[in-house]
Amino acid sequence: MNSRLPVIVTTIVFLLGFAGCGLHFPHFASTRVVGNLLTDNAYLGVMAVGMTFVIISGGIDLSVGAVLGFTTVFLAIAIGRLGIPPLLAFVLVLLLAGAFGAAMGALIQFLEMPPFIVTLAGMFLARGASFLLSTQSIPVGAPLYDTLNAFALHLPGGGRLTFITLLMLAVFAGGIVLLHFTRFGSYVYALGGSRASTALMGIPVARTTIRIYALSGLLAGLSGIVFSLYTSSGYSLSGVGNELDAIAAVVIGGTLLSGGVGTLFGTFVGVLIEGLIQTYITFDGTLSSWWAKIVTGALLFAFIAFQRLMSGGGFRRSRAGAAAA
Amino acid sequence: MSAAVDAPPRRAAWRVPRKALPQLAALLAILLLDRAVSPQFFHVGLSGGRLFGSLIDVLNHGAPVAMLSLGMVLVIATGGIDLSVGAVMAISGALAASLADSHPLPVTLGAALAVGLVCGVWNGLLVAWLRIQPIVATLILMVAGRGVAQLITEGRIRTFSSHGLAWFGGGSVLGVPAAVVVTAAATVLTLALVRGTALGLMVEATGGNARASRLAGIDTRAMTVAVYAWSGLCAAVAGILAAADILGADANNAGLYLELDAILAVVIGGTSLLGGRFSIGLAVVGALIIQAMNTGILLSGLPAEFNLVVKALVVLAVLLAQSPRLKALGLRRPGARATGATP
Amino acid sequence: MSATPDPVPLLEIRGLGKSFGSIRVLHEVDLLLRAGEIHALLGENGAGKSTLIKCVTGVHGRDAGTVRLGGRDIAPRTTEEALAAGLATVYQEVNLLPNLSVAQNLYLGRQPTRFGIVQGAAMRRRGAELLRGFGLDIDLSRPLGSYSVAVQHVCAIARAVDAQARVLILDEPTASLDSHEVEVLLGVMRQLAGRGLAILFVTHFLDQVYAVCDRITVLRNGRLVGERACAALPRMELVRMMLGRDLEETVSGRAVAEGATRERIGRFRGLGRRGAVAPFDLDLHRGEVVGLAGLLGSGRTETVRLVFGADKPDAGRAEIDDRPVRLHSPRDGLRHRLGYCPEERKTEGIVAELTVRENIVLALQARRGLLRPIPRREQDEIARRFIRLLDIRPADPERPIGLLSGGNQQKALLARWLATEPRILILDEPTRGIDVGAHAEIIRLIRELCADGLALLVVSSELDEIVTYADRVVVLRDRVQVASLEGEAISVSSILHAIAEGDGAASADAGAAA
Repeated sequence: MNSRLPVIVTTIVFLLGFAGCGLHFPHFASTRVVGNLLTDNAYLGVMAVGMTFVIISGGIDLSVGAVLGFTTVFLAIAIGRLGIPPLLAFVLVLLLAGAFGAAMGALIQFLEMPPFIVTLAGMFLARGASFLLSTQSIPVGAPLYDTLNAFALHLPGGGRLTFITLLMLAVFAGGIVLLHFTRFGSYVYALGGSRASTALMGIPVARTTIRIYALSGLLAGLSGIVFSLYTSSGYSLSGVGNELDAIAAVVIGGTLLSGGVGTLFGTFVGVLIEGLIQTYITFDGTLSSWWAKIVTGALLFAFIAFQRLMSGGGFRRSRAGAAAA
Repeated sequence: MSAAVDAPPRRAAWRVPRKALPQLAALLAILLLDRAVSPQFFHVGLSGGRLFGSLIDVLNHGAPVAMLSLGMVLVIATGGIDLSVGAVMAISGALAASLADSHPLPVTLGAALAVGLVCGVWNGLLVAWLRIQPIVATLILMVAGRGVAQLITEGRIRTFSSHGLAWFGGGSVLGVPAAVVVTAAATVLTLALVRGTALGLMVEATGGNARASRLAGIDTRAMTVAVYAWSGLCAAVAGILAAADILGADANNAGLYLELDAILAVVIGGTSLLGGRFSIGLAVVGALIIQAMNTGILLSGLPAEFNLVVKALVVLAVLLAQSPRLKALGLRRPGARATGATP
Repeated sequence: MSATPDPVPLLEIRGLGKSFGSIRVLHEVDLLLRAGEIHALLGENGAGKSTLIKCVTGVHGRDAGTVRLGGRDIAPRTTEEALAAGLATVYQEVNLLPNLSVAQNLYLGRQPTRFGIVQGAAMRRRGAELLRGFGLDIDLSRPLGSYSVAVQHVCAIARAVDAQARVLILDEPTASLDSHEVEVLLGVMRQLAGRGLAILFVTHFLDQVYAVCDRITVLRNGRLVGERACAALPRMELVRMMLGRDLEETVSGRAVAEGATRERIGRFRGLGRRGAVAPFDLDLHRGEVVGLAGLLGSGRTETVRLVFGADKPDAGRAEIDDRPVRLHSPRDGLRHRLGYCPEERKTEGIVAELTVRENIVLALQARRGLLRPIPRREQDEIARRFIRLLDIRPADPERPIGLLSGGNQQKALLARWLATEPRILILDEPTRGIDVGAHAEIIRLIRELCADGLALLVVSSELDEIVTYADRVVVLRDRVQVASLEGEAISVSSILHAIAEGDGAASADAGAAA
């Protein structure tokens, strides 16, 4: 019951925001705007799906933005310079990103170190590796890119659901199935609830942890592919700070940063809210882009404080229990 | 700064001096390595009343991170973390640059420091009173702070020409660059503040065992607010130094990822991320190690980007050294040994 | 006693031994558990109950002895393996996940799936059926954390039982339940025993033992004291077994300062906290030692924490020197010159990393405040003085306290509070887990402090010790103060009597009986 409240609040915030924008700007409430909003944030959505798994399990992954950057550079070089077929390059980079995530998960599990610091090292490594590949922005020219970017489902009212939008929606759909309807998904929540209890219940904690970070790495790689398609280029600085956007989207979507509670639908709405803020600023024309950061920060604070107050009762109860023990 | 580095913390005389050896040896090794790639590395000259040379560069460019690490080390010692220092740097730098040409220097500096203090107190209140995990609480300002900084500079690189503020970048005292002097002074001040009051003891006690400290009557909340406030203040100084260095404020890039460097400096300095014993001097040494690596890579002709990869390896090495699991295997855990010693 | 005694025990533990490092915690313990019985495992702190359970269920390895389940030797290495063998454990802290739904908790790791998709509806249906068997009719899709602790316990038991457990170990499941919830849980236990499960019930509530158990095994200091049929064991005898020794009649070693004008320092009226301890009255006088006796979990620690201010009371008032004061935090306690050495030395007492000196000056520094640091010379002086006074060894103020033995850590903690020159000093189990020599010294210290005019409030399970130093003994039972013994009324047997039988009215009799 109370675990659904944040998602409901988030959704209401989005709908009110959207309605407000619609009233403010005559052409806002159209499928065209919605379609663009989804396309512009497709890479963020894909990344946020992985981040949701990680955060619900009680961890954090700071490396995703750097992995995105690495992926775009890798693709640009592999496709543009080495002539590797795009699909093969996609598979390679996904394998690489997944293995990278799995390695971080293994370090977190077996060294018993905080995920924050391990994935920080991962971030340095991935960003450094992409710098080493190239510091230039490299255009990607491949027929497959043109084909995929030309593909779109047309909506009434002039809106388009582009390939990367559809890909993001598919990732969300797949993520929802995985998180909410499989044993693996329930283990993710279990880890976020209590690692010790999960282990006592006979759940394979190590394997699950490694898989969660592997999934996050894989999806960060996929978001890199999406970004590469979106910009048709590779640049080692792309994705700087995107890990923060993804974390913000997840938290605004009602997921507890301490783990154990959250939904992918909430994350989706969180991504939409971040996109909405950007779109509003674009529409306004006079507002500057930094307002996006400030509003995102304010929303973050509001949601974290809200969650803190909501869970305050439970916290006190558990402390009283501990004192009585 | 070198004075502060060489002299161990005033009240730290009881500490095993061996403790500082690995860090000092690492610094020395890196400096020698730097010397190997650049024969002129140790050459220090005097030009226009100002010292110059690679060694001076290390100190000068290491100043902002060293500055940040002064606050960060206290925060980490309590078992917390402050992710917002990079953003706070950007805010204070932006404010200083915007006010510099229209206001007297004291007002400019005062405003920049005050805004850092406010940011730090805000973080402290979130952690101590709302009991939000430090990483989450400071994430808020990390996200929003850079936006605030851009708001102040209106998205441009805000340049200034005030000589007063510029002194912090180009000026010198007895030939020593101003940034180095300021950082050294701040180090001494922090040491005095921490070891000259009971703050150091209380921080170490709280980081070591928060429950026991509370039962011993320590006001853990006030202390938490104090260390985050200090961290904000140090970040503000770092922001001023960074702005003075380039004669302008770049809200996008000022202090970007420097919070991570500061955390790394503290961790290299031997302070555990889990809190407890800390060393201000060694955190500064940690900052110098990072800068010596950066400078060395630059001098060696390797791409500057190589830096990040090296940093990743350093984090990994420190992780391995600090991992509870590995420590459990290789003893040297006071708690574990005490269990064995209990009759 | 209701089940027909099965000649062949279902679970047979023989000669179980276990050491941690050089410390022996279990000495050749035997335990027999028959199918269909509820068997109580009793003992005070440090008796070895938890270690025994952990050795049997694969959390710890064992050094010696055999464990046979249904006639076959078992040696599980993990809780998982124990579960597969048919041994399920439910701990006091429910080891389930409050953030997951009830159904997920019941079946986590064993959820029914089709093509990898969890069949939620089928799972809830099965779970509902299972829980109805325990008299619970609840919504299984809600998070477990939204239900009471009792329901969570039943769910934990249901999960264990549904996984084909034959032996169910309940480790203090009732510690945080109210009386109605306890009834529910005891009912569930009876029902399961009726189905032929063997239940090992660890608790410190004797009423519950007598309400449901068939047999009782008592441990003390890692040794088996004995196994008895519940019906044949008078309560007094049971308490004697638990608190142990031969309990020769130690007579109070202290002359009662009868009629002497006793200067009252602390006066507490109706102080209480829900779920911790019922409202109680307490007076503390200058130069007086008040002992606080009772079984584990009777509310002793909770009482002294309220007196010191470590926990906030939700009822009652406190007066120091006849002036009302607020004792809501340790800082309040410190300000009014109270001191508290907690029972949990490692987690609540010492700061292991810091030196002996730093640990000793900590409370004094906290009282002086952040801005008035104790000069290093004064710190050294204080540390040296107390090291000499209390004979802390090794006499090195600069050694991390974590490296000292338990007894010396305890003395350093005592020094921490003595350095603040308290007027009321609270010691919670000051002699627990320390060697015999240090033991005697601590007791000598208690007497000396008292002679110096301190008011002492001492919690202890060592009744013969309490008898030797206390002027007054307050007895607690099930979180209620049941007796207050004074002067000649203090004896081991009168305290035992009050613990076993006492209620408020019986205290006078208890005194007379002694």
